[in-house]
Amino acid sequence: MAVVRKISAAVALACASIGAQAQVSDGVIKIGVLSDMSSLYSDIGGPGSVAAARMAVEDFGAAKKGMKVEIVSGDHQNKPDVGSGIARQWYDTDKVDAIFDVPNSGVALAINQLTREKGKAFINSGAASSDLTGKACSPNTVHWTYDTWMLANGTGSAIVKTGGDTWFFLTSDYAFGHALERDTEAVVLKSGGKVLGKVRHPLNTQDFSSFLLQAQSSKAKIIGLANAGGDTTNSIKQASEFGIVKGGQSLAGLLVFISDVHGLGLQTAQGLIFTETFYWDLNDQTRAFAKRMAAANNGKYPTMVQAGVYAGVLHYLKAIEAAKTDDGTKVVAKMKELPTDDPLFGKGRIRADGRKIHPAYLVEVKKPSESKGPYDYYKVRSQIPADQAFRPEKDGGCDLVKK
Amino acid sequence: MTEIFGVPTQALFGQLLIGLINGSFYALLSLGLAVIFGLLNIINFTHGAQYMLGAFVAYLLLNKLGVGYWWSLLIAPVVVGAFGMLIERLMLKQLYKLDHLYGLLLTFGLALIIQGLFRNEFGSSGQPYPIAAELTGGRNLGFMFLPIYRGWVILASLVVCIGTWFVIEKTKLGSYLRAATENPQLVQAFGINVPRMITLTYGFGVALAAFAGVMAAPIYQVSPQMGADLIIVVFAVVVIGGMGSILGSVITGFGLGIIEGLTKVFYPEASNTVIFIIMAIVLLIRPAGLFGTQK
Repeated sequence: MAVVRKISAAVALACASIGAQAQVSDGVIKIGVLSDMSSLYSDIGGPGSVAAARMAVEDFGAAKKGMKVEIVSGDHQNKPDVGSGIARQWYDTDKVDAIFDVPNSGVALAINQLTREKGKAFINSGAASSDLTGKACSPNTVHWTYDTWMLANGTGSAIVKTGGDTWFFLTSDYAFGHALERDTEAVVLKSGGKVLGKVRHPLNTQDFSSFLLQAQSSKAKIIGLANAGGDTTNSIKQASEFGIVKGGQSLAGLLVFISDVHGLGLQTAQGLIFTETFYWDLNDQTRAFAKRMAAANNGKYPTMVQAGVYAGVLHYLKAIEAAKTDDGTKVVAKMKELPTDDPLFGKGRIRADGRKIHPAYLVEVKKPSESKGPYDYYKVRSQIPADQAFRPEKDGGCDLVKK
Repeated sequence: MTEIFGVPTQALFGQLLIGLINGSFYALLSLGLAVIFGLLNIINFTHGAQYMLGAFVAYLLLNKLGVGYWWSLLIAPVVVGAFGMLIERLMLKQLYKLDHLYGLLLTFGLALIIQGLFRNEFGSSGQPYPIAAELTGGRNLGFMFLPIYRGWVILASLVVCIGTWFVIEKTKLGSYLRAATENPQLVQAFGINVPRMITLTYGFGVALAAFAGVMAAPIYQVSPQMGADLIIVVFAVVVIGGMGSILGSVITGFGLGIIEGLTKVFYPEASNTVIFIIMAIVLLIRPAGLFGTQK
């Protein structure tokens, strides 16, 4: 039941022969936004990512430049087989040139492989596994927004520094959770902390009380939530019900999005510390973007994943313009060559391993009394500079990096 | 401290209790399904969506009208039950003469539509719903910290389950109901309005789902997906208990909650498949389910 919704966003009328147009296959640049459209990650990426992609095409001024850009979207349902099926059809018969977003590392790793085989481009925003720029790195993939190493490094080390030195992991049982747990454990051990235990729960679990009870009896100071979306919100909510925080243990949400905080409400979420690479209230440009996104996406403010889709599409189109081709491998090479500059992540670059480099922010969720209204949720505690936010290139084990 | 298979007995008690709590939800939901299937022969795939609707009605009552938990516990089942009766009158009624499959397809389609509409409006992250002031906090039982609300869930679920079983199996009204499913023409001949009885029964089953939804709202996020995630498990519970057996669905609901809870301790990775493994085994040994009777 592959629900492939086609959104024909033909932004420009077919324009005759203008520079960039010449080498673009079939005269159309076709972007596929592959996301979770209907389940636990659909507020993180989902329809919001499609809206963000559309805004990027608009802001790039594709129509004025004579480039014809179309956007299609699909629902991978968090299943690698469903995701690959859609991607295969997109690449083989629908002439899609690049796939964007793909929250869920399991699906993203499959798309990463498929894109490489087909010589197309994959600009990932939603998936977290740092393997995408490590041992699974590819000349056809860019990992834009964040990854598990960055989350572990930002949140994990900040927490160990403030005394949280014994950990128990509640881990989502698939590629993403395993990667996040592994990267965080490494940071905890390196900073002198200890891991007392871990439990792995199936993706999309409703009731966490049993797992939380195991975490409670471990007596660890910190319960690290290596999960995302609905799994994280349910864990946090039920941890508060079972008096875990009152009992002296703290929760570390290793991957929390603004949509999760919105869903939990500040009463429950207050005080959580985690790492993001984008917050709508950073500067005038991010605020303007958030207002437009909210108008285009049912009043919801953008998550960092949606911001990453926007910035990724923008840079992808710039690279096509510069390279004068939409050949996936060549465009990704061009994307790495050109410095990045966009209103949401500022100036940055893409490394040889495909890792996009920009600053990260350690944020704390405000108390209800500190918040001025919906979406006024974060206090930025510190900024992690771009050159420290991500795993050093040489440590990832990527073949594309010259030794 | 004594240990069983490497797990301290105290922790084990805690897990058993939690299993019982989750079992109460399974029991409440499968009870509604069993009533609807046992008496009307409809495989009600909208059940999960109706459970979700119950939670959302409670959420909307609180946020739009300021109506609290206790009134919601009464109002939400009535509202959603009435909506269910509307579905029965307008759509399901047309399908009674056809194969079960048609009812299944209709209710499945309806569930997808209802969930889609809510996801469009509210997103997938879910909405928070606070625990009623009277039920906040918890007790330290020595072996675990039991939130008072969870205790209330077990109690309320037991009362509702036993009450329903009693009405259907032990009262005159229940005997009419059971007779009407065996032989509608004959019961009609005695001057009983069978179609109305069927509509009311469907409404009651749906109301049970909505009741479970309100019970679940403070524990889980009120989200459009909450029913879809649960419904498949609940169907397995009903199949294991024996399609249509009311007592079977209740006992199986609680029992499987406990088994699932224990799986979460000993082999958490399998916790969402264990129920289906049991279902396969039961179907192999007793195709009609543990409490079902072969027709």
